[in-house]
Amino acid sequence: MITTSNLSKKYNNKQVLNIETLEIPKGQSFGLVGNNGAGKTTYFSLLLDLIQPTTGHIINNNMQVDKSEDWKPFTSAFIDESFLIGYLTPEEYFYFIGELRGQNKADVDALVAQYEDFFHGEILGQKKYLRDLSKGNQKKAGIVAALIGNPEVIILDEPFANLDPTTQIRLKGIVKNLAETKGVTVLISSHDLLHVTDVCERIVVLEKGQIVKDIQTSEATLKELEAHFAG
Amino acid sequence: MIKHFLNLEWKAFFRSATLGKSIAIKILMGFFLLYFAIIFSFAGFFMIKILGKTHPNISPFVAFNSFIFFWILADLLFRFFFQKLPVMSVKPLLTTPIKRSSIVNYVLKKSIVSFANFLPLLTIIPFGITLMINGNESVQTVIVWWLVLILVILINNFLNFILESLSAQTELSFLPIIILTGVLFGLNHFNIINLSSLLSSAVMGIAHNPLYLITPVVILGVVYGINFNLLHKKLFLDSGLKEKIKEVNAANLEWTKNFGDIAPFLQLDLKMILRNKRTKSSVWILVMGLLYGLFFYPQPVYQNATWFFMLIGVFSTGIFLISFGQFIPAWDSGYYKLLMSQNIKYEQYLKSKFTLMAFSVVALFVLGIPYVYFGYKVLIAHFVAAIYNIGVNTHVIMWGGSFNRKKINLDQKAAFNYQGTGAVQWLIGIPLLLLPLGLFALICFLINFEVACTVIGVMGIIGIVLHPKLMKLITKKYTASKYQMIAAFNQES
Repeated sequence: MITTSNLSKKYNNKQVLNIETLEIPKGQSFGLVGNNGAGKTTYFSLLLDLIQPTTGHIINNNMQVDKSEDWKPFTSAFIDESFLIGYLTPEEYFYFIGELRGQNKADVDALVAQYEDFFHGEILGQKKYLRDLSKGNQKKAGIVAALIGNPEVIILDEPFANLDPTTQIRLKGIVKNLAETKGVTVLISSHDLLHVTDVCERIVVLEKGQIVKDIQTSEATLKELEAHFAG
Repeated sequence: MIKHFLNLEWKAFFRSATLGKSIAIKILMGFFLLYFAIIFSFAGFFMIKILGKTHPNISPFVAFNSFIFFWILADLLFRFFFQKLPVMSVKPLLTTPIKRSSIVNYVLKKSIVSFANFLPLLTIIPFGITLMINGNESVQTVIVWWLVLILVILINNFLNFILESLSAQTELSFLPIIILTGVLFGLNHFNIINLSSLLSSAVMGIAHNPLYLITPVVILGVVYGINFNLLHKKLFLDSGLKEKIKEVNAANLEWTKNFGDIAPFLQLDLKMILRNKRTKSSVWILVMGLLYGLFFYPQPVYQNATWFFMLIGVFSTGIFLISFGQFIPAWDSGYYKLLMSQNIKYEQYLKSKFTLMAFSVVALFVLGIPYVYFGYKVLIAHFVAAIYNIGVNTHVIMWGGSFNRKKINLDQKAAFNYQGTGAVQWLIGIPLLLLPLGLFALICFLINFEVACTVIGVMGIIGIVLHPKLMKLITKKYTASKYQMIAAFNQES
């Protein structure tokens, strides 16, 4: 589904990302971990064609992301708050994203209704603009918006940060469900090793822009990761 | 303590992401201030001569004091629009062992070091010295008089901040100050209370009897105290955050569906304009633009200057186009990454902006039809200007937008807010206003008014005909600068 080859990104001669090859098959739940500055967000930004690669390219479903735009209809993402439109209510925001992704209001309503318990009654019908919601609630709205329009690839940068424990557990359920039953490729980055090992079939560790570990998740994975980051 | 604060501010200025821009603006401001400083000090040196001409029968000291009331009103108005309480990012300081009161005192005292407070001194000090030299007044009187006026300046300084903080919450923030100064001026003008003579005798009374200085000192203490309390109350995190949240009614803009595939963007643009401080508070600019012609047309000089009609035409029908268009796509800078990662057609996005601007031109033209009162030629010129605005200026301004690299924070007020303004915004004004005006005037002088109208109109129509082609070109330009825009909009200024 997603093939990365010879990808590198430099800022003023400082290399922040260098991935020789990375292959993510369809329907995989893929976790990206690494300390600050490891290049997680850089990789996701390259995947969304928000920054230009210095060398190499990413191919998403046979389309090179910096050449074609045809990957956009089946790819969605929530990277940070700048993916929210502050002066819209959550409902209006969902409808707007829905319209961009070819969904009518009824489609959006039906999808959003599935995530009512994820919202915990704090998003819908609040008569508040997104900019006036708390960080955690903004994140909930952003994550659900990324699920609108049956995307085949979903990219979530640090989805667990800022969420309360209940919501974190519910989010894990949502992500697992997407990958297992719907064949959606989910890419997640996180600092929380426990959550990632819970949710992802495969975990890649980045360090200073390089891939240093590529693990198929098993019982031993959490221990292995903890040992890696402790050392 | 003050040393720390000053150090922080020094760093904030020189390490800001937009240092180059701030320095350029500061230099420009410097020239303005120098200009004012020279004018004010000249006025001070020659005040006796000037007053001797205008008020030959009374002493210059008395004559000058009779103006103090008007000076205070003008000063308040001027301060309200130009002087802002010094900004300081206090959030990181709240948890440090610095007393809240010393932060507040620092901010308030710093406001004293403002050009608005020094400017009047440039007049009153030379004036006072010449009074002493000429022997009009005694040395002691002049010195006490200086003290009184300095106290008045400071009172004005702090009074302004009280007014600002009280009116900051309301939508029409400039209304209270207009009403206050208007009422005071009215009371005086219609002789209901003769404030100007009261004030002038008060000032002279104190000047001759220094003991009364206690009155302005007490007033100053009171306004400072009020300011201190206002600020001290605001120095909590939640007071700034809480009051903002209002219940909102989700707007239903179903009618935009008639516009087909640009409907979602049109809805978004309309909501953006209606729901943000920055856009809302620029509504009065529209009113000003629409009424712009009233400054000129009633004067007989301009009645026959047909070549001049084009400027007012372009401006009054294009005021929305100019004020909105110059910040495309910076209006969407807060969520530009989202738009760029979504499945959108750039062309639809831009077309929505075009539609909005084109409609505004038509609407403003219709609202401006009463200008026909000043002659049918005015209406024709405005009509032609509207066509030119739709055909040429919309495309020019959108093309200019692709050079936009400055983020806009929608939550801030608009009046005299230069955030997001760069060299492009000034340069784009040349083809926008000067080109049609210049061409129109030239043809008017060389041939006649009718031919000039035809030429401008035809240019507009050509633009409208070529619209699809031009949009393709503009879209290409935007696509080419996509990465630079994303990177630039990511930076807080």
